[in-house]
Formats: sequence, C-alpha cells, structure tokens
Amino acid sequence: MAADGHTDALGAITRQQVEDFLFAEADLLDSWKLAEWLALFDEERGSFFIPSTDLPDGDPNNSLYLIADDMTRLRTRVEQLLSGLTWAENPKSRTNHMVSNVRIVGREGEALLVKANFVVFRMRFENVDPYIGKYHYKLLPKDGTFKILERRAVLDLEALRPHGKVSFIV
Amino acid sequence: MREGSNTAGLINDDREEGIFRVHRSVFVDREIFELERKLVFDRSWLFAGHLSEFPNPGDFITRHVAGRPLILVNSDDGEIRALLNTCRHRGNLVCREQKGSGAEHFRCFYHGWIYNIRGELKGVPGEEAYSDAFDREALGLEPVPRIHNHRGLIFVSFDPDIESFASYMGDAIAVIDNTLDLGEMEFVQGQFKYSMRANWKLLVENSMDGYHAAFTHERFATHFMPAMGLTEVDFMRRGPPGARRGGDTRPLGNGHVTGAYPSPDQPMHPSITFLEKFAGDELDAYRQKLVRRHGQERANFIEGGAGNYLIFPNLIIIDGWRVFRTFYPSSPDYMEINGWACLPKEDTPRLRKARLEWYLGFQGPGGFATPDDVEGLEGCQMGFATHKEVEWSDISRGMKGNTAGGPGELQMRVFWREWNARITTGQHAPYTGD
Repeated sequence: MAADGHTDALGAITRQQVEDFLFAEADLLDSWKLAEWLALFDEERGSFFIPSTDLPDGDPNNSLYLIADDMTRLRTRVEQLLSGLTWAENPKSRTNHMVSNVRIVGREGEALLVKANFVVFRMRFENVDPYIGKYHYKLLPKDGTFKILERRAVLDLEALRPHGKVSFIV
Repeated sequence: MREGSNTAGLINDDREEGIFRVHRSVFVDREIFELERKLVFDRSWLFAGHLSEFPNPGDFITRHVAGRPLILVNSDDGEIRALLNTCRHRGNLVCREQKGSGAEHFRCFYHGWIYNIRGELKGVPGEEAYSDAFDREALGLEPVPRIHNHRGLIFVSFDPDIESFASYMGDAIAVIDNTLDLGEMEFVQGQFKYSMRANWKLLVENSMDGYHAAFTHERFATHFMPAMGLTEVDFMRRGPPGARRGGDTRPLGNGHVTGAYPSPDQPMHPSITFLEKFAGDELDAYRQKLVRRHGQERANFIEGGAGNYLIFPNLIIIDGWRVFRTFYPSSPDYMEINGWACLPKEDTPRLRKARLEWYLGFQGPGGFATPDDVEGLEGCQMGFATHKEVEWSDISRGMKGNTAGGPGELQMRVFWREWNARITTGQHAPYTGD
C-alpha cells in the first residue's frame, strides 16, 4: 500500500525515487531551466495551482486562485518568464527551493499522491522573501521516472506580505 | 490663486500652460504620510467589504480598514454593523477569526468579557467588584462612527461629521451602479491579499493608467492573448482599457474619476472577446437577460463597463476584469492591498469559470500582468530615493485638450487635485478637471 511510504501498488515505488524526482525538479527551477521543467508535466493533462492564501481548499472553477494553469497557460507562463518581458523576473530573481517531509500519501487512479513541505526563498533587490507551504503532487510513473499530472503549491502564508507577488514558479 | 497651485507647493498645476507636476516628497515624507492619515483616510467614506462576504445573520468577517481592526457583522436584529475590534476593558481583540458564521457572541479571552453580536456588553466576570460608576451599557463594542450599505457595498467612515454618502459620492454613484447592474453581484470566495514596497498613491495612478499598458503589459498582448487563440491584432484593435478612448475620462466629483465613461462608441473590451470565445452561448443568454432588464443601450453600457475608476481615496474598480481593489499604507513606502472578483451570482458554471480564467489571465499576484505593476511601482519607489535631486514627476499628458499620442493622464490629475485640496485645506477640491 501507499501509506507506508516505502512501497506502492503502482510498482513498488519508493519515497527515495519520489524525493530524487522532486529534488531534481527543484534544481531545474533554481537554475531557471524552465523549458526542461515544463517537460516534467503530462503534456496534455498537466496542471499547476496556487490557491488564494485565505482559501486553501477552494474550487478553482468557482473561486479565486492565485494561479490555476492548465498546460496552455503553463506553457505561456514559461514562455513569458523566459521572454524578458516579465519585468518582475527580469533580471531574474535568485531562488532556493527547499523541499522536505516528502511522503507518498496514496493513489488516485494511475497517479501517485505525494505531499511535501516547502520553503522557497526568493532574493531580489536585496530583499529575501520566504514562500512557505505544502506541495500536493499527482505523479504518473513513466519510464522509471514521473510525469506531473497535477502540482499544487498551497501557501501557509496568511497573505503575500511583504512578498507582493508570485511572479516565479514557487 | 488658481486652484491646485497651492501654498504647500507639492503640486505644480498650471492649466493654461499645460503643466502638471507632483513633488516626489509626497511619496517618501513621513509628515505628509501623517497628514494623509488625518486629512484623507480619517475623513473619507472608505470601502470595507461586500455583504456577500457575510450574507446571513451571525456571519462576520474581520478586516483592517485605515489601520483599524474591524468586525463587520451581520447582526441578529437585521443590522449590518462595523465594530471596532477591541475590548472596552483593556484592549484585546475580541474576535480573532478572519470570518465565521453562526456567531452568538464575541468573547474576549483576556478577562472573559462577553459581547453579543450587536456589540452590547453582556457579561463581565466578577462585576460586583466595580463601583456604581461602572456603566456596563455604555461599554459595548464601539461602532465605527458611520456606515453605509450601498447595494451590498459596505462603506465606513471614521469621521462622525462626514457628509452623507450620497453627497460624498457625487456622480460616482452612477458609475458604481453601472458596475452593480451586471446582475446580483457577489465577491467570489478567495481574496488576493498582497502588498507593494511602494507608496499607496502610485497604485492609485497605476490602476487608471492607460499609457503604461502597452509597455509594462506587452507580454499580455504578445503572449497571453495569442496563447488563448485570440490574436494580438484583435486585442490591439479593440484596445486595452483606457487606451484609444481619449476624451472620455470624466471627473465624477470629490476626486472620484473614471477613465472611460460608458458611451455608445466605446470600443469593445477584450474581456468580451474572451468570454465570447470560451462561454459564447452562456454569454448570449446572459446578454438577453440584461437587455430584458435594462434595454439594449443600457445593457451595452453595463456589459462594457465604465473602465477603470477610482472612488477617492482608495477604492479601485476595474470593470474589464470585475476587480475591486483597496489598499492602505502602513508607511510611506509600503502598502497592503486587498483584491476581489465581483461577479454575477446567476452565472452558469461555465460562464463563471470563463470569467475567472479571464481574471487570472491578467490580475493578481500570480497573474500575467499584475506582478509587473508591482515591480514597476516598487522600482519607482526605489527611484524616489533621489527625490532631493530629481524633485518632480510629470503627469501632464493630454492637458489643454490634447488627445493626440494616445492615453492621457487626466484621471490622475483628478486624484491629485482632490488629494492636494484635502492635504492643504481639509476640503474637497472645487473642480478637479482640466
């Protein structure tokens, strides 16, 4: 079963395999290799969400999210970040994605459900803004690694103050 | 002396010569910031929230307005109250939740004083210890001096002697009503609570600035719209809000202003192109309802919206996205912002989803445009460290009736003229137009 965090009915996947994947993902983000990061997603069904800070469990079809990207939106988000026209990230901020407390918490159909804690530090104009929260992943095992079906970054912050924006990939 | 060319000299306003300059000390000076608190925020009708956030008796929300912690509560006697969230005994917050429902009382945990949801003090542990001078009935939670509910929009004022809401709003009421006539409106759940390391007046300017859109938000036109299958050409032909609408910026009295007063020849907003594409049938059905309710011409105005407008001093309504936004400074170089989406309750699920997708395509801390506004205004604030050497900002575009060369800046001058009158005389500006 998935709940023990070591093996899973989806092919004896270990937590270490998941951690390796998440740590590699974090490295891509911190290196601004966003095209490579985008390739981690399921090309058609992938999605990326950040709920509002006051409504972590809201329905994106009916309530306000900070980010609710399907693949079309995520692709343009990445293109915009790399285009130089996203002034909030030009020049690029420095980031440090810290991922911990990784757990395999279950499965949903063909997907592995994974939770992890994060602290992402964003450094820019000599400010340091910590983005703190939990990741909720739906991962599809594929060719010995994973494709991201859903990536949900739920902020524990009560407000984006003084951060002001989520202009990069948290 | 011409109105605007005042003794304090913070604004250089010469209508004859076409000069309008703002002294950059207004963005950094702590004394001016204190004057603003006293003469602007404490003497205005301020937007506090929407009734849809606490629709039923026993529902409440807590929120800071002009620096004060408030409880907005739907009381059990049918009254909407704005209570100052501080125990009359020794000061502790009596309500420490962001929102709730089914409330029967607010209890201060410090010494156990209990208030009912009308704010009346109902319980004082060990009340016998007090003398006869102790007047429990006079020790209810203090209400904000003035409150007004305009069709679900809750406004408050900390000035007990302020003029009536209707007098204060002037011609802005018609514009607000144009926005509210889209349907039975609600603030959808989920709120943008963010900030900028910038002076609050920069966000007033920016929220109505048509000139910056093509530059700051280039990526919205060149990337987002094409990604949605809407060509850049379409977007430019129809025009971003404020752009290509020269001449229809209209002062609404008392510092309120709209950048695009509804008019029959107003270009379609790109929001309409978007909704047509992603929820066309539902939008058609919705339009028919609007026409039945209001007639064709009014329905067009309502759907098209009044553009980006300011209810002085700090409520911004952006009809193209159905944004409500308000913000307060806690210092000259920092503000806290609250943003909402105000949408019709009767939307079908698909139309609601399309409206939200449009909203997130531009608005908010994770949108495809707002972060660049934050960046730009924070950059301005950094630039103002030079205010002793570079003293003035120029806000004269479009003066002397000049409509060539794209969007003007009259909407900002209207704000600044009222701001200047408040700061220097404590009164409204008699006239804020060019």
